[in-house]
Amino acid sequence: MSASASTTRTGGFWARLKALTRKEFRQLLRDRSNLAIGIALPALLILLFGYGISLDVSNATVAVVMEDASPTALDVLSGLQLSPYFTQRNVRSMKDAERMMNTREVEAILRLPSDFTSQLAAGHGRLQLIVHGADAATARAIQGYVGGALAQWSARAEDRGAHRGATARDAPFGTVTVEQRMWFNAANTSTWYLVPGLIVLIMTLTGAFLTSLVVAREWERGTLEALFVTPVRPTEILLAKMIPYFVVGMIGFAMCLLAARFLFRVPFMGSLWLLLLSSVLYMFVALGVGLLISSATKNQFIASQMALLTSFLPAMMLSGFLFDLNNVPAVVRYVGQALPATHFLELIKTLMLAGNVWPIVVKDFAILVAYALVLLTAARLVTRKRIA
Amino acid sequence: MLDLLFRLLALVRKEFLSVLKDPSSRVILFLPVLLQSMLFGYVATYDLSNVPYAVLDQSRSPTSAALLAHLDGTGFFRRVATLQAVSEIAPAIDTQRALMIVQIGPRFEQQLMAGDTASIQLILDARNSTTANSAAAYVGSVIDAFNAEQSQQRGGPAPALTLETRAWFNPNLETRWNFMPALIATLSMLQTLMLTALSVAREREQGTFDQLLVTPLSPTEIMIGKAIPPMLIGLVQSTLVLLVTRYWFHIPMAGSPVTLYIGLAAFIVAGVGIGLSISALAANMQQAMLYTFVLLMPMMLLSGLTTPVSTMPRVLQIATLVNPIRFGIDLVRRVYLEGVGLATVLPDLLPLLLIAAVTLPAAAWLFRNRLV
Repeated sequence: MSASASTTRTGGFWARLKALTRKEFRQLLRDRSNLAIGIALPALLILLFGYGISLDVSNATVAVVMEDASPTALDVLSGLQLSPYFTQRNVRSMKDAERMMNTREVEAILRLPSDFTSQLAAGHGRLQLIVHGADAATARAIQGYVGGALAQWSARAEDRGAHRGATARDAPFGTVTVEQRMWFNAANTSTWYLVPGLIVLIMTLTGAFLTSLVVAREWERGTLEALFVTPVRPTEILLAKMIPYFVVGMIGFAMCLLAARFLFRVPFMGSLWLLLLSSVLYMFVALGVGLLISSATKNQFIASQMALLTSFLPAMMLSGFLFDLNNVPAVVRYVGQALPATHFLELIKTLMLAGNVWPIVVKDFAILVAYALVLLTAARLVTRKRIA
Repeated sequence: MLDLLFRLLALVRKEFLSVLKDPSSRVILFLPVLLQSMLFGYVATYDLSNVPYAVLDQSRSPTSAALLAHLDGTGFFRRVATLQAVSEIAPAIDTQRALMIVQIGPRFEQQLMAGDTASIQLILDARNSTTANSAAAYVGSVIDAFNAEQSQQRGGPAPALTLETRAWFNPNLETRWNFMPALIATLSMLQTLMLTALSVAREREQGTFDQLLVTPLSPTEIMIGKAIPPMLIGLVQSTLVLLVTRYWFHIPMAGSPVTLYIGLAAFIVAGVGIGLSISALAANMQQAMLYTFVLLMPMMLLSGLTTPVSTMPRVLQIATLVNPIRFGIDLVRRVYLEGVGLATVLPDLLPLLLIAAVTLPAAAWLFRNRLV
C-alpha cells in the first residue's frame, strides 16, 4: 500500500487481499475446533467466571468447642453469629473438632477453655483459634473476623463497666471507628473485576494462541511455498490471516461486553467508544504476537507453546487479573508492567468501573499503540518470501 | 515376552527422539516450567504488602499522628502522599496513585478527648475488590489495637480478652504455601497433556500413523509406547517445580517423597490418558491442540488452584468430580503440607486411577477404530 503504488497495482492489492481473505475465512470456518476456541470457550469462560469463580470469602464453617458454657461465654460468642460469611458449628470435644479439621469439614476451630469465665473475671480471658492453613485467604479472613468481633465485645464490656463505675479512670477517652467507602465497586464483588480481566484473556486467546498456528501450519504443510509462486506479497498474506481472527476476537469481545452489561450488571462508567477503540488496539497487539511467533517458529507445537507461555499464561497470572500487582516483589511487578495485557487490563477496568480517567487512558493507549506497531512490523519483517 | 519389551522399547525410543530431537522443543519443555514456577510463586499472593495509601489529616493532632504511626508501622501500607484538601482525594484514587485514602476529620482529637466516638474515613479503590477488602480489614484491626492501647495508656484496664491464633500446616498463612504445591501438579499437566494430544495427531497429519498400525505392535502396545515418554517428561517437570518449591521458596515438605511420587504418577497417567484420547479423536494437530485447550481451561479454573473448590456453586462442585487436576492438586497439597499418608489421600488417588483406567483403553481402541 505504498504511496508510490500505481493504480493497477493497488487494484491488484485489493483483489488479491479479497481472494486470500476468503480462503482464510473458509479455512477457519471449516474446522470446528477453531470455533470451539473462538466462540464456545469464551461463552464457557464467561459463565464460569461470572457464576463459578469468586475471590470473595464465602461460607466457611467454624467449629466451636465450648468447654465452658457460662452466660459470659455465650455472650462472647453471640457477637460472632452476626456474620453472613461464617457458619458456626458446635462441637462437643476438641478431639471431634480436630478430626473435622483434618477432613476439612471445618476451616477453623474456636475453643473456649474450661476456665474461660474465671480467667476473664481475673482480667486475662483467653480464647484459642486454630485455622487450617491450606487455604490461607479464608484462614486470614476468619482470623480477622473473629479478632474484630472479640475487640468489639471487649469495647462493649468496657463501656458497660465504665457506666457502672467499676473502673476508675481519670478521664473518659473515646474510641476510633472506621467508616469505609468502596469506590468503583458498589456491589463489592470480585465478579466486577474478573469480567474485565476475562475480556483480556479471551482476546489474547484468539489473537495470540489461535493465530500462532496459522502461519506455522502453512510452513509445516508446505503450502506457504506454494503461495510464494503467486503474485501475493507478504503484507497481503499477513493481512489476510489477520482479518478472520480479528473478527473472531471481536465477536468474543462483544460476547463479554454483553454478558458484563446484562448478565453481571457491571457498570460502564467510561466511554463505550474508548472501550471499543482500546480493544481494537489490543486485538492488533495480540495478533501481532501470534503472527510473529507463528512466522518465526514455523512449527505448530512450538508456536502454540510459545503463544501460551508468552501471552496467555502471563495475561492470566501476571497482568493483575487474579493477583494484585501491588503485593508482589518489585522485579515481578516490572515483568508484569512489561506486558501489554497489564496495560489493556488497567485501561478497561478503569473505563468500565471508574470512568474516563485521562492520565491512565492516554498512558495506556500510547503503550498499546507502540506495542501494536512494533509487533506487527516485526511480524511483517519475519515473513519473507524465502525458503528457510 | 522379551520380544514385546523390545518392541515397546523401540517405540518409546522413537517417541522420545521425535519430541526431543528439536533443540527448541527441548528448551520449551523444561526452561519455561522453571521460570513460571518462580514468577508465579512470587505473584500468586492474595496477602497484602506495600499497599500505597495517602493521608488527609485535617486534625493535625498528636493523637492522629499516633494513629498514622500505627498504620505505617505495620509494614503493609506505604504512604505515598500527604493530601492537603478533600479535592485531592479523587485524583489520587482515580489515577491509582493511592489505593486507599485515610481521612481524619478536624475535630478528631477533641471528640476523643470528650469521650465521644470519632470516626475516620477510609476511601478505597475497589477496582480490585479483594485487595480493597483485605486492606479495610487490616485497617480495622490496626484501629482495634490503637483503641486498646489508648485506653490502657489512660489508666483503663488491660484487655481482658486475648485471642491466641495458631495456624495448622501454614504458620504464617502465606498464600504461596498452598499455591506452590498446587503448581507441582498443574504446571506439568499443562504441557504433558498438550504433548500427548499432539503425539498421535502429528503422525496422523504426516501419514505415518498408518505405517505404525501395520507394524507388529498391537494398539495397546502403541498406546503404552506413546504414554511412557510424556509421563516421564511430566514427572521431570513436576520434579523441577518441587525443587523450586522446596529449595527456592523454602516451603517445608511434611510428607514422604515416595507418597508424593506415587500420587504424581497416578495424576500424570490420568492426564496422559485424556491427552491420548483427544489425540486419537483429532483429525490433525490443530484440532488436537485446540480441543486440549478447550478442555484445559475449565479444568484449571475448576481445580482449586486459584480459588477453593468449596466456594464454588454446588453444580460446579459436582463438575469438578471428573477433573483430574482437582484431585491432583488436593493430593499434592495434602501430602506436601499436611504430610498425610497414602491411605488418607485414597479419595484423591482412586478417581485419578479411574480416569486413567477409562481413558487409556479408550485411546487404544480409538487408534484402530477411527481411521481418518
